[in-house]
Amino acid sequence: MPWFVLSFHNICMTNCPTLIVTVGLPARGKTYISKKLTRYLNWIGVPTREFNVGQYRRECVKIYKSFEFFRPDNEEGLKIRQQCASAALNDVRQYLADKGGQVAVFDATNTTRERRGTITAFAEQNGFKVFFVESVCEDPEVIAENIVQVKLGSPDYTNCNTEEAMEDFKKRIKCYENSYETLDEVLDRDLSYIKIMDVGRRYLVNQVQDHIQSRIVYYLMNIHITPRSIYLCRHGESDLNVKGCIGGDSGLSPRGKEFANYLGQFIQSQEISDLKVWTSQMKRTIQTAEAVSVPYEQWKALNEIDAGVCEEMMYEEIQQHYPLEFAMRDQDKYRYRYPKGESYEDLVQRLEPVIMELERQENILVVCHQAIMRCLLAYFLDKTAEELPYLKCPLHTVLKLTPVAYGCKVESIYLNVDAVNTHRDRPEVGISTYSHTDTDFVADLVNIRGNLCYA
Amino acid sequence: MQTTLFTYQACTVDSYGLSCFSPASVPQLTNSPTLIVMVGLPARGKTYISKKLSRYLNWIGVPTKVFNLGQYRREAVQSYKNFEFFRPDNEEAMQIRRACATNALEDVVIYFSKEHGQVAVFDATNTTRERRISIVSFSKEKGYKVFFVESICDDPDIIAQNITEVKVSSPDYVNCDKDEAQADFLKRIECYKQTYVPLDDEKDRHLSYIKIFNVGSRYLVNRVQDHIQSRIVYYLMNIHVTPRSIFLSRHGESELNLLGRIGGDSGLSPRGHKYATALGGFIKGQHIKDLKVWTSHMKRTIQTAEHLGIPYEQWKALNEIDAGVCEELTYEDIQENHPEEFALRDQDKYRYRYPKGESYEDLVHRLEPVIMELERQENVLVVCHQAVMRCLLAYLLDKTADELPYLKCPLHTVLKLTPVAYGCRVEHICLNIEAVNTHRERPGNVDITRNPEEALKTIPDHF
Repeated sequence: MPWFVLSFHNICMTNCPTLIVTVGLPARGKTYISKKLTRYLNWIGVPTREFNVGQYRRECVKIYKSFEFFRPDNEEGLKIRQQCASAALNDVRQYLADKGGQVAVFDATNTTRERRGTITAFAEQNGFKVFFVESVCEDPEVIAENIVQVKLGSPDYTNCNTEEAMEDFKKRIKCYENSYETLDEVLDRDLSYIKIMDVGRRYLVNQVQDHIQSRIVYYLMNIHITPRSIYLCRHGESDLNVKGCIGGDSGLSPRGKEFANYLGQFIQSQEISDLKVWTSQMKRTIQTAEAVSVPYEQWKALNEIDAGVCEEMMYEEIQQHYPLEFAMRDQDKYRYRYPKGESYEDLVQRLEPVIMELERQENILVVCHQAIMRCLLAYFLDKTAEELPYLKCPLHTVLKLTPVAYGCKVESIYLNVDAVNTHRDRPEVGISTYSHTDTDFVADLVNIRGNLCYA
Repeated sequence: MQTTLFTYQACTVDSYGLSCFSPASVPQLTNSPTLIVMVGLPARGKTYISKKLSRYLNWIGVPTKVFNLGQYRREAVQSYKNFEFFRPDNEEAMQIRRACATNALEDVVIYFSKEHGQVAVFDATNTTRERRISIVSFSKEKGYKVFFVESICDDPDIIAQNITEVKVSSPDYVNCDKDEAQADFLKRIECYKQTYVPLDDEKDRHLSYIKIFNVGSRYLVNRVQDHIQSRIVYYLMNIHVTPRSIFLSRHGESELNLLGRIGGDSGLSPRGHKYATALGGFIKGQHIKDLKVWTSHMKRTIQTAEHLGIPYEQWKALNEIDAGVCEELTYEDIQENHPEEFALRDQDKYRYRYPKGESYEDLVHRLEPVIMELERQENVLVVCHQAVMRCLLAYLLDKTADELPYLKCPLHTVLKLTPVAYGCRVEHICLNIEAVNTHRERPGNVDITRNPEEALKTIPDHF
């Protein structure tokens, strides 16, 4: 009987589920942190969901009138808010205990010791570990910017103008200020938490219990909110691309070289301050970056997915020599590993340090490959493992990602140099996406529900 | 005769004349040299942290050196009398100590400017604001980044334990008995306490630092400036001092081992299975508390772990080095089909990357998360492969990149590593099951013009 433990990627991140609890006054970035952290954890393979109490409140109290709802002496308001918190915790319990969730992020102010005590008790009762993430910020400019970016556009203020909304929200914050009890070095010394001060200038980390909390701390300490843009593109069209072969390490085709030149011009025209450029260690990305005339760094981790025995084959050849493998890949493109090669799942794991460093950086251009770009894009745009392997990343197109509010603005810039299409959609069962294969044969194969080999 | 492309260290020069290559797979971690400055009373683990951090940074490819002020003092003042040397009113001693600090910092400058160092760890108490200010201005002048690491501990048990482990046996106390040494050292600490000013939340808010409280139960991190500081913080937050042992072993002898073939994914030979059973018996006999077992994704390590009867976790990162086009070949095959590659590998075994495969340098990079998790864990048994085990061992025993690819990791032998004082105690336990030898020493002639006999001189026997 095999004794191996089913683990996420390579290691069992945690034995019991973890409840992350945000703490902080309104407009301190709690939801920003919750959403970003959730996105990161899901991307590295830890099923995570956020539970925003504000949303529960909006469902309960259909119309938001004013800050008065949040006054500490508003009995009715308090009752409703407590009910919402309970409803959210109930959903947390369901998610972690019944629905296979590993981490739940409880996004609310949680500003009193009493409230935090209730949550801790709830977690203990259910066998969840608790980790607090407190955001403390007194910089009025940062707070004002937050309010402008995410509060004014909130459903609470659809019928207000900017000044009204700003005024009301500031009064809302005041309602919390009097009863705010920050996590205390002495009183809360037995709790596990990270206190983030002044948007990351300073951190206090207490009693980290396990691997997942250590990773969360590392991640939170590497993210920033300085405005910047991330440019993603593939290498220019390569000689193997033209032949319809996957993988390999070929140089650029004439059209690929043209793209590289256009890329250089495009980058110059953008007048980006302090641009960093990263490539893989494969010829085609290096040759592309050469034309940009900015010093670049090579990352082996950015190399294209290793197609193992299928390297440098055309899809038709793979169909011919490895029909079973070809079908199994279509069944689960994310987890499928080429014999002697890699899976998308493996890619995500080797790209994790790249993502961590991308978070630390500011303006950056990453020249990479189709599968790599899909993984990076899935991280930035919060795509699932199912969607990831089918994201469209055509040649000769630059994606400019600019973080905004809780997400990312995407601009797609096609540099007007023709290239082959290397995108292969998920085939419907029984129908091949390549006309010259035997449709029935493929249909039979795709219907074989054999065990997927992970070895 | 085809010219062989150097498959490692692709180096190009851009239009600014800047060389655009980075050591293997890691981007440039830092542009300016970094001076790490330890802060804390004696017996707070500063030297332990300095040495461990330095070992880690060197292993991941960042040239790092520790400058221990105590050693400079021992060279200046040949024989240590007693704690009176450290009294804050001892003018003569103060002068000597200040001179030592200056000498150490001068050596730091040489290390950065002439010896390609990237990180220097200044291991001293640095307990006064005055001393720290002078270090900060010195660094500013030279263009070094500064990062302080302060260790604060008021647990008398931990301090007493530290003194016993590393102070009592120090050269300072070679002529004293344990109790005398202990008593004198405690008085030494008192000398520092009078003038100790810890890093202050307000006054030092512009400095970059990490404060470690009580061996890691709490950390305060201020103004991390760049990637290397972020990595240092992450590392420091993951290490612990709880006693434990790390067991390293290769898989049992495999079918391909028997044939003298490298790589591949074969199962165990009959002798390999015997070893796995013996390993299970050995582990049981050790009565290890809460043992974690890790394997790679390859059959031979998994089959070995199966015999242990303990749950194990599989790490793809623990897979053997990918020999690319040389996978499953014998050394004779490699010599016949890729003689130049074979020679290039012997010239620089650490950096050499098999065509379509990996280098030891690549291995270190992919093993870094394994090392980080090993630091977090307590008792662990890692069942892995020859090249992988060499990398892990090099980290644990502070071996250089030149020594690493030639470390001896024979089949059917368990290494038990127990952290002690500033290093690691190693016990080799051979489980007495015969196996082929897979160790190949560096041959005398590594020139690409060498003849086959010279190339194959050191290959081990096989069936």
